[in-house]
Amino acid sequence: MSLPAEIWLLLLKDLRLEWRQRTALGGLLLYVAGTVYVCYLSFSLRGGAPPAPAWNALFWVILLFAALGAAGRGLAQESAGLRLYYYTVARPEAVILAKIIYNALLLLALALPGLLLYTLLLGNPVQDWPLYAASVGLGAISLASSLTLVAGIAARAGQAGGGTLLAVLGLPVLVPVLLLLVKVSKNALDGLPWEASQSSVITLVALNFIVAAVSYLLFPFLWRS
Amino acid sequence: MKWWKYLAIVLLLYTAIAGLLGHVPRLAILNETERNLYFHVPMWFGMTIILGASVVNSVRYLRNPSPRLDILAHESAKTGILLGVLGLMTGSLWARYTWGTWWTTDVKLNGAAVTMLIYLAYLVLRGAVADEQQRARLSAIYNIFAFSAAIPLLFIMPRIASASLHPGMGGNPGFSKYDLDSAMRLVFYPAVIGWTLLGVWITEVACRLAFVKEKIYTKLDEKQLA
Repeated sequence: MSLPAEIWLLLLKDLRLEWRQRTALGGLLLYVAGTVYVCYLSFSLRGGAPPAPAWNALFWVILLFAALGAAGRGLAQESAGLRLYYYTVARPEAVILAKIIYNALLLLALALPGLLLYTLLLGNPVQDWPLYAASVGLGAISLASSLTLVAGIAARAGQAGGGTLLAVLGLPVLVPVLLLLVKVSKNALDGLPWEASQSSVITLVALNFIVAAVSYLLFPFLWRS
Repeated sequence: MKWWKYLAIVLLLYTAIAGLLGHVPRLAILNETERNLYFHVPMWFGMTIILGASVVNSVRYLRNPSPRLDILAHESAKTGILLGVLGLMTGSLWARYTWGTWWTTDVKLNGAAVTMLIYLAYLVLRGAVADEQQRARLSAIYNIFAFSAAIPLLFIMPRIASASLHPGMGGNPGFSKYDLDSAMRLVFYPAVIGWTLLGVWITEVACRLAFVKEKIYTKLDEKQLA
């Protein structure tokens, strides 16, 4: 079977599993909604919407923790026996690429409703919506590609670290991605022309390619253990 | 003692003496603080080289696993962290006297801080895994992954950043011929070699200690089994 076909099958399998256990997806959505609501209540004490930079930063922080929560489940929830079965039927390269795509889709499914609720409750200071939405989409893909392999490492490292290990390992890797994302979305917020964010977007895409390529190369070693 | 250790001693003595007593151009604001060029900048050079060595050993480990390569990668990373922390401290001290603050928001400063975080996370990961082979493999994978994510941060982002306070900015974080006085070069380049050699030396000693410890532990294990 060719690599794209294998990736497609694995992706379908993951999506089907997710759809059958909708409580997990619902839990993540509820987590995002709950955080947004807490922010709304906290800011309403000071009378309404936060200033634009805080609005932007807060949204990315919410998304970051949703991403950490979502990535923690992907590779961790599979049992050793199931892993052994995949090992016999699929290539590791296909497994990691399918996981990255799946995580990106999952994060998009979390980010877009989250963004909608966020603008409803905390006001709408964005001046360039297409660019802002694009930066959120790109952000979902970037967070997914950076976190997938790290989540695999954290899952293998065992119970000693628990949930904190993923955050400790993932955050430093995510900082460059987040800095670029916040910059692009801040430009969209202020309605700056596309030229202002062009170089950041290109760097971000290039960074994604690097991270995905390194994950592709390293995952077979992780899997063999 | 190998010849390059004598070379390291000579170069660092030269750096300290010529660096503190030698001629530097009179410049406003910078004044004598520009002597930090002989200490702060070479430490970052040394850190980058030694962290590079750590990644190379991690790659070699994945291709051909052995405890020796794991120890080499681990000890190099630790020396890299030491040089990085020293680089942060000398930079911070310098910033206090030229910018008037210990720390400020700047691409280069953020890059340096995040690099330190990545390698501290590497140490945390090593601490979290009990099984030796598993620890070696996982930390090698993380080392390679984190290094490739940190390269854009350290080398590319400062170049595309629009503004930075850090010297050598304005499109290129390297030192151009306009920035660096030729008398300072005479001390700067030996200082780079000297600090890097010192890093290699520290790593070598730490590795030897780790090898001996490993040998003792395997001997003890054999004794207990017998």
